[in-house]
Amino acid sequence: MSEAYIFDAIRTPRGRGKKNGSLHEVAPINLVAGLLKAMKERNGLDTKEVEDVILGCVTPIGDQGANIAKTAALHAGWDDSVSGFQLNRFCASGLEAVNLAAAKVRSGWHDLVVAGGVESMSRVPMGMDGGAWYLDPSVNFSTSFIPQGVSADLIATVEGFSRLDCDNYALRSQQRAAAAKAAGYFKKSVIPVRDVNGLIVLEEDEYNRPDTTIEGLGSLSPSFAMPGEMGFDAVALQRYPHLNSINHVHHPGNSSGIVDGAALILIGSKEKGEALGLKPRAKIVMAAHISTEPTIMLTGPGPSSLLALKKAGMTINDIDLVEMNEAFASAVLRLQRDINVPDEKLNVNGGAIALGHPLGATGAIILGTALDELERTGKSTALATLCVGGGMGVTTIIERV
Amino acid sequence: MFRYEKDQDNIVTITMDMQNRSANVINDEFGKLFTDALDKLSKEETLAGVIIASAKSTFLAGADLDGLYKNTDPQSVFNMCEDLKKGLRKLETLGKPVVAALNGAALGGGYEVALACHRRIALKNPKSQFGLPEVTLGLLPGGGGTVRLPRLIGLQNSLPFLTEGKKLKPEAALKAGLVDDLADTPEELIAKSKEWIKNNPVSQNPWDVKGYKIPGGDPRNPKVAGMLPIVPAMTRKKTFNNYPAPQAIISSVVEGTVVDFDTASRIESRYFTQLATGKVSKNMITAFWYNLNSINAGASRPKNVAPQPTKKLGVIGAGMMGSGIAYVSAVAGIEVVLKDSTLEKAEFGKSYSEKLLTKQVQRGKLTQEQAQAVLARITPTADANAVAGADLIIEAVFEDRDLKATVTKESESVMDATGVYASNTSTLPITGLAKASVRPEKFIGIHFFSPVDKMPLVEIITGAETNDETLAKAFDYVKQIKKTPIVVNDSRGFYTSRVFSTYVLEGISLLGEGQDPQYIESTGLQAGMPVGPLALTDEVSLSLMAHIRKQTAADFEAEGKPAPTHPAYPVSEKLLALNRPGKAAGAGFYEYPKDGKKHLWSGLNELFPAGEQLPQQEIIDRLLFVQALDTVRCLEEGVLTSVADANIGAIFGWGFAPFHGGTLQFINAYGLDAFIARAEGLQAKYGARFAVPALLKEKAAKGEKF
Repeated sequence: MSEAYIFDAIRTPRGRGKKNGSLHEVAPINLVAGLLKAMKERNGLDTKEVEDVILGCVTPIGDQGANIAKTAALHAGWDDSVSGFQLNRFCASGLEAVNLAAAKVRSGWHDLVVAGGVESMSRVPMGMDGGAWYLDPSVNFSTSFIPQGVSADLIATVEGFSRLDCDNYALRSQQRAAAAKAAGYFKKSVIPVRDVNGLIVLEEDEYNRPDTTIEGLGSLSPSFAMPGEMGFDAVALQRYPHLNSINHVHHPGNSSGIVDGAALILIGSKEKGEALGLKPRAKIVMAAHISTEPTIMLTGPGPSSLLALKKAGMTINDIDLVEMNEAFASAVLRLQRDINVPDEKLNVNGGAIALGHPLGATGAIILGTALDELERTGKSTALATLCVGGGMGVTTIIERV
Repeated sequence: MFRYEKDQDNIVTITMDMQNRSANVINDEFGKLFTDALDKLSKEETLAGVIIASAKSTFLAGADLDGLYKNTDPQSVFNMCEDLKKGLRKLETLGKPVVAALNGAALGGGYEVALACHRRIALKNPKSQFGLPEVTLGLLPGGGGTVRLPRLIGLQNSLPFLTEGKKLKPEAALKAGLVDDLADTPEELIAKSKEWIKNNPVSQNPWDVKGYKIPGGDPRNPKVAGMLPIVPAMTRKKTFNNYPAPQAIISSVVEGTVVDFDTASRIESRYFTQLATGKVSKNMITAFWYNLNSINAGASRPKNVAPQPTKKLGVIGAGMMGSGIAYVSAVAGIEVVLKDSTLEKAEFGKSYSEKLLTKQVQRGKLTQEQAQAVLARITPTADANAVAGADLIIEAVFEDRDLKATVTKESESVMDATGVYASNTSTLPITGLAKASVRPEKFIGIHFFSPVDKMPLVEIITGAETNDETLAKAFDYVKQIKKTPIVVNDSRGFYTSRVFSTYVLEGISLLGEGQDPQYIESTGLQAGMPVGPLALTDEVSLSLMAHIRKQTAADFEAEGKPAPTHPAYPVSEKLLALNRPGKAAGAGFYEYPKDGKKHLWSGLNELFPAGEQLPQQEIIDRLLFVQALDTVRCLEEGVLTSVADANIGAIFGWGFAPFHGGTLQFINAYGLDAFIARAEGLQAKYGARFAVPALLKEKAAKGEKF
């Protein structure tokens, strides 16, 4: 069995996912095309050596429809021989793309693949693609559907995480992100988004609020109390009958940000890297996914991480850094409890609460962030994981080489 | 028969007038008549339009349930449903204007026929109602109701009518778009129908016109799509996933509004078939159609006694129950004397009626004059002689034998000598109370439920000496006040209080075993009960339950028998020892903060440390089986004499899970053999209260049902 190596990992800065966000003017295809061009240049890549472009995208309609991966490869001027496809494992799509690419390389079927993801949440809002899960009443009933925000509040209720616990976590995410940004830790891998003239549209992540205070967070109203009261709490409580009520602790300040962004990772075999003069930065040790109870929904990262560790013959003590998408504060706190990881190893440069969660791209973003931080600190192993709709969790373990 | 008449303007009026029936109903005969009429219409060469009318006081009742109830074959139910729709579709696409002249009520299938017409004109008949109440029997409107109504008034607007079975009177129906026009007189109804036909010579329903869009948008419309995800949640909040009908209705509407009319119709037929052949509709039809009809038809009333309307009622005791009884009786047009120990108390009792009536005047349901007339019928008094001439006395004083005996003697001395004396006791055996009576054959129990004005059931209890005339009088009185009477024989706790208590005692036992209190309460609701067992205990109060228990123990002792025991009793004693008797005292299983919502008392977890938690289904089974088994015992002991009284008494009396169709229908639907096996399993684990009565075993052995 050959190993799968990461040769490069780049991303766009994340723009606020609204009309007033800097990347709203940039079509999602151009977020990807810009990265493809940069990847080609940075690595002196002959693109016909790349066999596939695999992109995660959660709302693959409209601007993101019709197989954005292949379209982007063509649009970026990559060789006609490069295939491409888009996949959807909800919020872990970007990491799933990486895992699939790694599996293909490890199997020997492929030698060089680009994996990553894209989401312009300002252009193609979350949920625009509809779907039977919540829009087909019979499925909505049979799956005990509730929105993720209520699920996150359900986790907080079950685990006893208070509003203050969640706000404290959010504050830490902001503080860590601000410190990392100020210290320039992200510069190495963030490729500025440019317009047709080469002028810079956005140079660095713009969502975070370094001036966040615990008092400011405390003043925000819970986002999901109203829909909860209308009916979703009842669904949650019927599923969790030992609870009396749902403690609605989440609000925009302790939930992930809605942003636009994209990320790409270049993955290949040792031989291919040597042949093309690409320097391997890390190997992809193990990947795993699992699914848990779908109403509470966001509890997959713990079990999927434990599974990945077990399959890799490792324990959490063998891991130097853990990155989890900060979909909601309670989901991270739950992962922390599940795998028993100390604060010093968890999301050390902040996460999606501060920087934003461009759904299809986040998996690739956090893996790249983890790799950069390993290199900066001279550490060796990292675990990236995401909570996923439907109760799933996805985890990837990497080790520097 | 259907009368078929063509006038000089070539307008055909089809007047439905089915023979030997008080109402037109959709059945095989209707199907034939309708098909014949359609054939005739399609052969008309000079047809200007069609009016569908009725010769009965109502337009058209729904579908006859007999055939459907017996049918468990999906294919044949599906075919039946599709056949009915074919006819309606043919009428709708005749190309000629069709008007439904709604002289009276059109509900369910009757209203679906009206929906297939192009115009619905309703006579301003105060008795008329329009709507699709199929959901209340666990069904959906399978004659195109879930297809046409959303297309007529919009998806969101249609949901309350379809999922809640909301019915409207003509004026409100016009506002909601259920009918298109109103007529003051039957003549105007026909005139308006003809006029509309003349003005609309070529007619299609809007959904058959090219370019038609559903008002308010279909599920692809972002506004509708934004609202859809929460609709199932809002439904589940009420149904706990126990009622498949509202769920199927929502599915039929949502799926049906993204496809063409004919496909939508077929989707509706498939959901209809699923509901009609499913357990819940059979249960609900059993209870709310067959059982209720048989009760209302007087199955438990002596046949050979002439109707005995009550003219003057004496209510002794103007507390909460007495005040409520006075109110419902005055509303029914009965003259009421409301007596208490002081005039002040009696007047306070009357003020309860005033409060309820004022509310109705404010809501526009009554005029000031009507409210005054009701109020004027209640005479508050402290004078025992004021009940002179009353043909019915209902005593509603405190549950104390001596007090009740005094009141009985006092009242009997002045009331109409041929009148009936009733006690509204909920626990004291009637035969014993009748010992104070000089005419025990005229003595009976009439057990109301609280709050009297809201609760639909009344439990009539015959004592050992109660005669048929007395029972008939009580029965007729209950019907007079528009409530549902069940008739039971005298015994401790009668039927409702006795079986109801098994539910709360089981809940309390679970707490004693270390089941989490919130889990018990949530599971009570999930089982289909209206309130959790601990909350319910607080309402009744542990002290009252202890009082009854002590009384029972004393009675048993007097008979030389050991007092009954129950694992719930020590739990109750612990709470009572801590002075937590229930809601009235502000402390029970729950805390009742003055400025907030009640919540379970946190001390319960220390008092009853949590053990291993049972699977939820195990708790549901215990809560429901214990009630069903005791109901069988009531039937076995002769406390109950009819299955209908058992089922309806359980649902209307204490809210037993309506989707199970009552305590005995629950056993039928479970399957007697399976039920016995499960009960035996529960008995082995939890004791004799789950023992299987011989009657149940006999029935199972004979392959019978309740």
